[in-house]
Amino acid sequence: MSTVFIALQTNEDTRPIIEAIAHDNPQAVVHRQPAMVKIDAPNRLVIRRESIEERLGREYDLQELQINLITLSGHVDEDEDAFTLTWNS
Amino acid sequence: MEMKVAKKKLGLKERYRVMTRDLGWEPSYHTKEALYPYVGYEGIKIHDWEKWEDPFRLTMDAYWKYQAEKERKFYAIVDAHAQNNGHLNLTDARYLSALKIFLQAISPGEYAAHKGFARAGREFPGVGTQVACQMQAIDEIRHAQTQIHALSNYNKYYDGFHAFSDQRDRIWYTSVPRSFFDDAMSAGPFEFMVAIGFSFEYVLTNLLFVPFMSGAAYNGDMATVTFGFSAQSDEARHMTLGLECIKFLLEQDPANVPIVQAWFDKWFWRGFRVLGLVSTMMDYMLPKRVMSWREAWNMYGIENGTALFNDLARYGIRPPKGWDDAEKAIDHMSHQFMLGLYQWSFGTSFHSWIPSDDEMAWLSKKYPTTFDKYYRPRWDHIKKLAAAGTPYKNYGLPKLCQTCQLPTVFTEPEDPTLICHREVEYKGERYHFCSDGCQHIFENEPEKYIQAWLPMPQIHQDPIRGDLGAWMDWVNLKDGQDNGDYVGSNDQRNFDAWRGLATSNE
Amino acid sequence: MAVAALKEYVGVSRDRVENYHGKQLVYVAWDYHMLFAAPFMFCVEPQMKLGDLVRGPLSALMQPDPDAASIDWSKVEWLKLGKPWTPDFERSIEENGIGHKEQLRFRTPGLNTLRDAA
Ligand SMILES: [Fe+2]
Ligand SMILES: [Fe+2]
Repeated sequence: MSTVFIALQTNEDTRPIIEAIAHDNPQAVVHRQPAMVKIDAPNRLVIRRESIEERLGREYDLQELQINLITLSGHVDEDEDAFTLTWNS
Repeated sequence: MEMKVAKKKLGLKERYRVMTRDLGWEPSYHTKEALYPYVGYEGIKIHDWEKWEDPFRLTMDAYWKYQAEKERKFYAIVDAHAQNNGHLNLTDARYLSALKIFLQAISPGEYAAHKGFARAGREFPGVGTQVACQMQAIDEIRHAQTQIHALSNYNKYYDGFHAFSDQRDRIWYTSVPRSFFDDAMSAGPFEFMVAIGFSFEYVLTNLLFVPFMSGAAYNGDMATVTFGFSAQSDEARHMTLGLECIKFLLEQDPANVPIVQAWFDKWFWRGFRVLGLVSTMMDYMLPKRVMSWREAWNMYGIENGTALFNDLARYGIRPPKGWDDAEKAIDHMSHQFMLGLYQWSFGTSFHSWIPSDDEMAWLSKKYPTTFDKYYRPRWDHIKKLAAAGTPYKNYGLPKLCQTCQLPTVFTEPEDPTLICHREVEYKGERYHFCSDGCQHIFENEPEKYIQAWLPMPQIHQDPIRGDLGAWMDWVNLKDGQDNGDYVGSNDQRNFDAWRGLATSNE
Repeated sequence: MAVAALKEYVGVSRDRVENYHGKQLVYVAWDYHMLFAAPFMFCVEPQMKLGDLVRGPLSALMQPDPDAASIDWSKVEWLKLGKPWTPDFERSIEENGIGHKEQLRFRTPGLNTLRDAA
């Protein structure tokens, strides 16, 4: 098992995103550090557009993640609906 | 009721194809070999460039849109910082030393990365790769510019920021990142990609930007947090591309595996030596600390590195050669390096200081097996010398490592009380190293490293010829202002006075 | 191993002895005395008496260490190329066979105060 993670800036844009990630990835652990939030998960983490849109109340393009992204770990696969991080191990 | 209009937009994958692959063309009046002359000599075999894909599927139109948004956010905060005397919100002006090192040593590396990727974008034949390299080239120049711009606000008030480019070229502690980038940029395009994508982006930038920038936030420096996180959002994309590029090389031909492994071995160690500087910034220069260098290494080095190596094991890749020696050094390196910076502080364009009792207590808590045993006695003795009115300065110029160019301050992997001595004779001339890792790198390409411009031996050659005052002029260092102990410095006096004015009505 | 290159690749060392105008570099390290973060570098004339280097600039740099005053140079153990070696202080650097960029090390058994402090 390896840890994938994503770190986002702490701000108003990311609050609903972090909520959506925590909801969609029950195994994920959210660490709050000064000015940033780091979310760890075993082997796989999925960020879903629909879950973010539900919380934001507007359409959301997953590429908007770029703006508040700090770092990540794992192989990335991105399409319109989901942004997925995985390790093969 | 409003009808939902069907999206006419292209899907992400479709758009990526149109905006990358469809921009390429087949040459008609030149051969491919003539167009891309540097793509073969490193021995890497590529059979199908089409297999290379950006996992973010980022296209230029989207790239400009999001980068513009990042810049707006960045300048909103930098402007607010300048308008509100943000420099007085710092926990303590000692923290500025970390920023000075950053500006002199790291920001020029961003510019070097920009040049390297502009070149790589021209030298690689695949269109997807070309587009990704061009984006990265633009990212890197943005990083250099935003960092210099943000830190220029400090230059208005404090010493040591004014001559970062001279110091990048000429001073001694910057030669470790400088030589790192010179080494990468003078290698072939594939080695450059592995050097930067794997070592700099994947191993280094997480350790540099993430805990360090979080530390900047903790120390009240919002300008730095902003450029740090803004840059790191690009680095997240870069490390993903770097990883993708490595996978691509490993999948294209089994003959690529040993070449990539040798680059992993080399660049892991080169990156690790650059981290020597970062470790002191984390353990000694942040007045309020988020995590120790050891804790950061556990999170971003061991955990994240192991995840990568386990993942790549299916191609036959093993952890880099210096991995075990690195682990043995983690609990020592920041202390060994900081003791060096302190005793040679007459030659640094930043201030250092003897850690306070509180800080030493923190260090012994974070380094329970090493700090009290090895390093506290030295700091205590240095404290005694200062109290006796004979503050410790070591005017003995140090021996440097021919490969990483750092003073050879590091110890034997099995004996932290003994400096590691390594020496090789090549074509009748002696060369010295700080470690087995640096010696191996030299032995693999001696003709490259014998050319190293080592700042200390150079002091005794023309035009300086051993004159320390002339050297200070040449590196643009004002004695008694930019260098030396923080206690009694202009920075200390000014910060205390201005902060006093800001918090009272006197 | 050779540098991967498109044509013959030849490097030139920047620290050759010719660049030092008749002088040479010598490195000296006091083993187990880590108050000094790295070996000392000296740029000296090869005709200089080794004893003058040791009792002059080397001793001056060693002063901050608590053991400096107690050193008996006749009891010091020397290493050259990592192997035991006996210097002759009355002869020159050159006559002692100390080449350009040579690393000398010495040890002072029983005199390692800061190492043994913890
Ligand atoms: Fe960058
Ligand atoms: Fe080295």
